[in-house]
Parts: sequence; structure tokens; C-alpha cells
Amino acid sequence: MAKTIEEINEKIKAGKAVVVTAEEIVGLARKQDMKSLADRIDVVTTGTFGPMCSSGVFLNFGHSNPRVKIGGGRVTLNGVPAYSGLAAVDVYLGATAAPESDPRNSEYPGTFSYGGGHVIEDLVAGKKVQLEVNAYGTDCYPKKTVSTSLALKDMNEAILFNPRNCYQNYNVAVNLSKKTIYTYMGILKPELGNANYCSAGQLSPLLKDPYLKTIGFGTRIFFGGGTGYIAWWGTQYSPSIKRTENGVPSTGGATLALVGDLKQMSSQYLRGVSMTGYGASLIVGVGIPIPVLNEDIARWVSIPDEEIYATIVDYSSDYPNCTGKTVGEVNYAQLKSGEVEICGKKVPTGSLSSYRKAREIAGTLKQWISGGKFTITEPLFNFPGPDSGYKFKPMKEKE
Amino acid sequence: MEKKYVFHFPRKFVDKPIMSNLVRKYELDFNILKAYITPEEEGTLVLALQGDEDKVELAISEVKELGIVVQSIASDIKMVRELCTDCSVCIPLCPVKALTLNRKDFSVEFDPEKCIACGLCIKACPTKAMVLTI
Repeated sequence: MAKTIEEINEKIKAGKAVVVTAEEIVGLARKQDMKSLADRIDVVTTGTFGPMCSSGVFLNFGHSNPRVKIGGGRVTLNGVPAYSGLAAVDVYLGATAAPESDPRNSEYPGTFSYGGGHVIEDLVAGKKVQLEVNAYGTDCYPKKTVSTSLALKDMNEAILFNPRNCYQNYNVAVNLSKKTIYTYMGILKPELGNANYCSAGQLSPLLKDPYLKTIGFGTRIFFGGGTGYIAWWGTQYSPSIKRTENGVPSTGGATLALVGDLKQMSSQYLRGVSMTGYGASLIVGVGIPIPVLNEDIARWVSIPDEEIYATIVDYSSDYPNCTGKTVGEVNYAQLKSGEVEICGKKVPTGSLSSYRKAREIAGTLKQWISGGKFTITEPLFNFPGPDSGYKFKPMKEKE
Repeated sequence: MEKKYVFHFPRKFVDKPIMSNLVRKYELDFNILKAYITPEEEGTLVLALQGDEDKVELAISEVKELGIVVQSIASDIKMVRELCTDCSVCIPLCPVKALTLNRKDFSVEFDPEKCIACGLCIKACPTKAMVLTI
């Protein structure tokens, strides 16, 4: 029998909702039919914890005395430049920003030991960061320089706003060339020396609601250890991609733009990262609840690792040159076993996404919901679906 | 004087008595700490060399000229548990399986006994959980 979100929320508030993780339901679905699962289970919680480059934070520092206008000037936090093209004391600090002094890849492969993602982690951890401002001065904002240290609690708003998180699925990266390469998918050894993936598979949010039937604008989520919301569909959103019979995409697919209050978050779920030869980034922990409204949703949330496929891509040539060629497909059960067979060769696997942390996030969200603290949101609207014609286009460049 | 080194032998050298020639020629004492052959038949040898300092250096430069990669070990590698996120991106890079994934709780485990201090995990770890100690 179909349920409504209102009915589920009544049960949550009464402490009677039946909540399981997206991993637990895989086990339950091996023993029970979809009808009884859909009747019994109210909410399935998901989780993911991996580097998500398109992340960053809006910060408001409050006004200095006399006033300073950072807009149009320059600003750094712990030496890392932030975007200053906003109002007087609003900035946006992106996860991949690197200090001017960083040699980057001129000392190949660069170490990128500190960048925007690390500043965000330091702020969330309660550490003070050094703010340096160079402004041009105006009649109403006369001050030209600021040099001070600030902690997150000293700031007004700190809004984590990530334009692209939670890729529905992701490539498995390999290297078919004869030399080691340094990528955002990690160090890839030559001639299929390793295969790196980046998804929690059966625990990952958008793999468990492949058509985003319950996830949309305004959905409340676990975000970086606090609560956040889905603010829009993410950049590079691509719903019209290849899907397996169960509806699950075997490539990128959907993405989400996420928003939340950084002050509520925890450095346990927001971690700065340094990818050798690539750059700095931010690991983001996200968990999304999926209300089990009917048997279709019960079926999707129960899809196991062995039925979720990822596309293998060569990062030495096909990826950088956008050839669109692929090396094959493997499922997440194979990837998680530690070894996959590619082109007849046994290749060891590594993951950039932490399954342990994904499990922890799904478990925490389950507790929040079971404890009546966290209710399910009905999306204000749903995002473009596979039949919408919405596509992810390449860059238009001059011939 | 004793110094520790890691020798990486390309496949073509695996059946050649390089170390014994070297030891005889430069009058060195050696103690093999670890030896390992990868599935690609590349050899990794960790050993402590003892002898006259100049002779040790000559020996090292001779093997390097042959095309063998030599690293000196001045230190050990340690995992800082609280920095590790258990992502597992280091695991396929470790040539001696000192890093493994526990498939029950999906945590990354490090066995310092197996480690040959090649340093690849340090370069690979996104959260700097693998560090050199002196």
C-alpha cells in the first residue's frame, strides 16, 4: 500500500518510523518481497563521503572600523585567495583554490599541501585563520588593508554552497599509457597498474533513487555533519545517459547543488585534501533520506552493489582528450572485492570514497530520523528527468 | 657504517646475480630485510649495507647505472590513524601489501612489519595520514 510523506512524518514524530540504511535494505530484500518491504520500511538512509571539487563557502566577516570594501580588491585566508567580486565583506572561498606562493605543477607532481578545502576544514575545526585584505579605498569604505585572524564563530554567516556534489555514479579510472599519471582520481600506475573508483555504490544517495522521484529542490539532508538542503540540480547534471535495466546510470548522471550552515558542521565530515599532481579539494559527507512511498521505490533502494555498474575510462588519453571511449564496465561488488579484471588483466582497485564513512553517515541519519529529530521533506519541485531533453554540453570553442 | 636501501629491479634483472657481484667487488656486508617479487616479475629488495662509505656509494652508483632504482631509507612510515578516512586509494599502490582493507568494517589497516618505506602511500594519501618518521 502506497504511503505519503505526511504519513511517514507522523510516524517519525511519534518515534514509530521504521528506518534502515541503504545497505541494510539490500540484505532485507534478499529475504522479503517488495510489497512487504514497501509496507514495512518507511525511510531508507544513504551516505557518501568523497572528494567533491565543486564546493566552497560564502563568508561574511562583519565590517571593520573604518569600513573596508573587499569587493574588487584582493582577499586571502591563510594565504589562499577567495573570490572578492561581491559586496564589502562577503567572499566565496572555493575548495580548489591554491595560495599564490604554491609552485603548483612547476615542481611536478605538485603536492598542493594546503588549499581552499583545508581552510574550510580548519574553520570548521574551530581554528583561527589569517585574513589579509587589500582594497582600493572609497569615500564610504576608506580602509585599504586588513590583517587579522578570525575563527568561524567571529564571522556572521558561513554558508557552504556546493554547486556540484553527489555525482550519481562515477568513472573507474585507469591508465593505459606507459608512465605513471597523477589525477584527481589518484595516482594511476602505467599499463593498468590500478583501477580507482569513487562512489559508495549501494549506499550512495542518487544510485538508490535513480530517477530522483523523492529527491528534489528543498530536500533536507545530512550535510557535512549538520543539516543542509538541496538548493538546485547540480552543475553538469545529465539525466539522459545510459542506464542499466534497473534504471541506474552507469556513468555520471545526476548531480546536486547543496547548501547549509557551515557553523553546524563538523571537520569529521568536511576534510581538506591534497591530490598529488592535481590540486587541493574538499571531502564532503552527505546523506539523503529516501521515503519508501511505494514498491517502485522499495525496488530501487534495494539495488545491490552487484547490479550497479560503473564505466572504466583511460585517464592517460581518453579522459583528457574527451574521446568518449571507454574500456568497459564493472560492478561495485567487483570493485569492492579489491581486484577486477580489465582487458584480461587482474587489476587491484582503490577507492577515493570511504565506504566506512558512508556507512557511518547513513547510520547517523538513521538515528536522527528514528529519534524523531529529522523529518522528510517533500521537494518543492522535481529536477529534469531522462525524458526532459536536458543535456550536459561540451564547451563551445572557436575553430 | 650501516645504511638501508630499497632496490627496485626491473624484470630483466631478476635472474641476474647483481647483488652478489656487488658485495664481492666492493667488500660489503649485507643483511636482507625484505625481498619481494611483484606479479609483473619486478623485484624489490630491502637491505642494510655495511662497509667503507666510499665503496657503498660506488656500489650504489654502479647499480643505478645498470637501470636499477635505488632509494635510501632514512626513516620509517607511520599511519596517523585520526587523519585516515579509510578511503583505500593507497592500497593498490603498495608494492608489498602493507596496506589492506578490512572488508568487515571497511577500515584501512597498515602493517609496518611489511612496509619497505617506498613512500608511494605518502604521495597518494589525500589527507596526509601516511607520514615519515625519523
